[in-house]
Amino acid sequence: MAANKRLSLREKYQKFTRDLAWEPTYQKKSDIFPQTEFEGIHIHDWDKWEDPFRLTVDAYWKYQAEKERKLYSIIDAFSQNNGQLNVTDARYVNALKLFLTGVSPLEYAAHRGFAMAGRQFGGVGPQVSCQMQSIDELRHSQTQIHTISQYNKFFNGFHDWRHMHDRVWYLSVPKSFFDDAMSAGPFEFLTAISFSFEYVLTNLLFMPFMSGAAYNGDMATVTFGFSAQSDESRHMTLGLEVIKFMLEQDERNVPIIQKWIDKWFWRGYRLLSLVSMMMDYMLPKRVMSWKEAWEMYFEENGGALFEDLSRYGIRMPKYWDVSVKEKHRLSHEVWSIFYNYDHAAAFHSWLPDESEMEWLSAKYPDTFDKYYRPRFEYWRSLQQNGERWYNNTLPMLCQTCQIPMAFTEPDDPTQICYRSSEYNGDRYHFCSDGCKDIFDDEPEKYVQAWLPVHQIYQGNCGGASVPEVLEWYHLVDDQDNKEYLESPDRANWLRWKGLSDAEADREVKAAVNE
Amino acid sequence: MTIEIKTTSIEPLRHTFDNVARRLGADKPASRYLEAMFDLQPDVNFHYRPLWDPDHELYDTDRTAINMEDWYAFRDPRQFYYGTWTITRSKQQEVAERNYAFVEKKNLLDLVDDAAKQKAEAVLVPFRHAEYAANLNNMYICAYGYGTAITQAASFYAIDRLGVAQYLSRIGLMLDGNTSESLDNGKQAWLENDAWQPLRQLTEDLLVTKDWFELYVAQNFALDGLAHPLLYERIDGALQKSAGSTISMLTEFMNEWYGESSRWVDSTLKTAAGESDANKAQLEQWARHWIDRAAKALTPVAAEVFGSDAQGVIAELREELTTRAKKKAGLDL
Amino acid sequence: MANNNVFIALQNNEEARPIIEAIEQDNSEARVEYAPAMVKIDAPGRLVVRRETVEGLIGRDWDPQELHINLISLSGNVDEDDDEIVLRRGN
Repeated sequence: MAANKRLSLREKYQKFTRDLAWEPTYQKKSDIFPQTEFEGIHIHDWDKWEDPFRLTVDAYWKYQAEKERKLYSIIDAFSQNNGQLNVTDARYVNALKLFLTGVSPLEYAAHRGFAMAGRQFGGVGPQVSCQMQSIDELRHSQTQIHTISQYNKFFNGFHDWRHMHDRVWYLSVPKSFFDDAMSAGPFEFLTAISFSFEYVLTNLLFMPFMSGAAYNGDMATVTFGFSAQSDESRHMTLGLEVIKFMLEQDERNVPIIQKWIDKWFWRGYRLLSLVSMMMDYMLPKRVMSWKEAWEMYFEENGGALFEDLSRYGIRMPKYWDVSVKEKHRLSHEVWSIFYNYDHAAAFHSWLPDESEMEWLSAKYPDTFDKYYRPRFEYWRSLQQNGERWYNNTLPMLCQTCQIPMAFTEPDDPTQICYRSSEYNGDRYHFCSDGCKDIFDDEPEKYVQAWLPVHQIYQGNCGGASVPEVLEWYHLVDDQDNKEYLESPDRANWLRWKGLSDAEADREVKAAVNE
Repeated sequence: MTIEIKTTSIEPLRHTFDNVARRLGADKPASRYLEAMFDLQPDVNFHYRPLWDPDHELYDTDRTAINMEDWYAFRDPRQFYYGTWTITRSKQQEVAERNYAFVEKKNLLDLVDDAAKQKAEAVLVPFRHAEYAANLNNMYICAYGYGTAITQAASFYAIDRLGVAQYLSRIGLMLDGNTSESLDNGKQAWLENDAWQPLRQLTEDLLVTKDWFELYVAQNFALDGLAHPLLYERIDGALQKSAGSTISMLTEFMNEWYGESSRWVDSTLKTAAGESDANKAQLEQWARHWIDRAAKALTPVAAEVFGSDAQGVIAELREELTTRAKKKAGLDL
Repeated sequence: MANNNVFIALQNNEEARPIIEAIEQDNSEARVEYAPAMVKIDAPGRLVVRRETVEGLIGRDWDPQELHINLISLSGNVDEDDDEIVLRRGN
């Protein structure tokens, strides 16, 4: 009778994963894994891949199911009890509209992107890690849809999120970000998403939305956030592991990876400008300022990380210093864009009131009162005269990040930052050196971009007039768009909460001053 | 001035998302399966052609010869989205865990005669490599397929295969007293023994098959449609004569899982075949070709248990698969 | 000198309570911080979650991988075996 000695977790895991693969002889390995060479990354020994979380599939099912059961019982309770009525203010819900139309589709894209990586990598270790991340990301997109489904029933702007993600002007910013990563090869994809996004920058997406939800009474989204977090810790370790693995495999990988780190830091940073405005302008009860978040999560945490990586010959990403200069300005400039174009956006915008401007003043002592308060006060005067400002021309978009070109020179907040390049007889425009450099490195890629404003002018978006374009967007005029104070969302909110106008405003002030 | 408002009833503005309402023909409450399946995959306005496949878009219907008016005509009869899939599997996993613990605690394998144990080891353990290939193939389908209806189910199926490969590995460890000798032997058999070469060659050929729907037919219908009944019905049945239900307890997960997944596979093929004569003809051609290959590849494996009866067993399984194809999948083979 | 802090953040619920207690017992330099619905535990250089300690507190078998159910975030290099999960930074 054999003594049944339990195999150690490490040994068992090796037998159950790595050992499943074999060296093919009937077909060439390079035909089975055709994408491992073309990016110029050299891998000599896939067995050096270390998966810190050695989850076998049965354990995965067990723990994930436990999380799902808990999450869905809360989502059920939320919907049964009309939990959406407990948020601080209906303005908060606009942050969720941005999330569902802008972020949830990226979770789905990650599901497919990691499925691709999980098939294309030549080693079982990364295959399995990527595959598990693929289904985790599907989990995130589906639980987000299910959580936010309740909001869709009571608020406007959620109703056609996929349709909008693929067409509406500001949503091409996240869409093109992920298209860029997925159209790259598997090594760049992992550097872009696993490392740059899920490790370096993750706290700047996740924390603002999830803490924003917690601070503003959105129990459903908070619960989703906590439930997804332990998946995220696995994803973060994958990101760190992949970067170290590539750097340790061959010296020749270092410059390629540095270039990707530079590119994806900048693209990710530009994408996060949408989050900066969400944090500073859209949360009735604010968590912290963008400036504070950037200092904590990038300057401090990121700084420590790159110090760690310096032994491989990796340095801080190019233009990281620009991000530090811009932290005093980013959210204000981006919110101004949406204030301008809110007649064409599927969420509402509004002007910060006096108590909110005091908060902004305090958080941005060097810039807010000097550069941004005047414009809000000016717009307020227009609004009070019944002439709420909507910009009737279309903005020029940056060819790379696709954000309207409202960013300012790193050293001069009074000057719009313009850069350009010529390629094959055409001139292309950029919001920054970072975006220009990305284009210049791969122009054949970025000239393909489906720029929403160009497409409107080319007649590909339903017609030449704003109403026609809105219809093509499936955006309902005077319902999904424009000034919050005049919105059906606000009118419904007052009705449901039994509030008068004055009481509604008082509630808002209380949230800011706490 | 305060406005007194009586208790208001909270009426929703809409019952579901517009895309779901369009597909259902009306705005009415929709299931979680539908809300989280319809239109999750983008289908227009892509920004950049893939560097790894510049002849296609990121998501492209041209990666297969199958044509569909609407790729969301497909349904998973199990209605799996991530939540329902993991919860279902966790229940099955719990049963499997108890079975394994029971067999171990009672040392039931000691009561099984050596010949039966050798046969079980000889057939089940090398098969874990075929399951690993099935994992990669279904990840391929998820990665390059079209429409969330099929691709999400394929991703679940891919992980299921890895799970099965791991259960088969565990069975090996139970049979060899945790020495991992069975796993090493199994790998060697997979690489070198005559009995396994046709199957290994088949799996390698599948790993380079480009049309994802063809791969679906070849792996999930043709190969699985013969291999799983062979292993978990016929061979299991043969082993029961000397092993009692001990081995069956260890493979019960696979048995139950195969019955459930077949419903998905059949439904998918039936929808595709019902769409057009061209689809039907293409699916039938693929099915005939790959069932041939699979039958030939599995015969020497079957011979490990059935000896000269192997051809007869495989012929019967082919018959059953052909009947299943007609009745459940709408294909005339 | 580089910052060698490691941390683990867990949901502040019934299930995680004994895990938090076990961490406090096994890591003398750990600092525990309570935030809404979350507990964050920092330690210099090393933090260990030990199966045996948790089992002693809950009175049943406990698999360290159960940590996944209530985990929110962590930092440091992860090392995992049947008996413990270790977070480590620095040498």
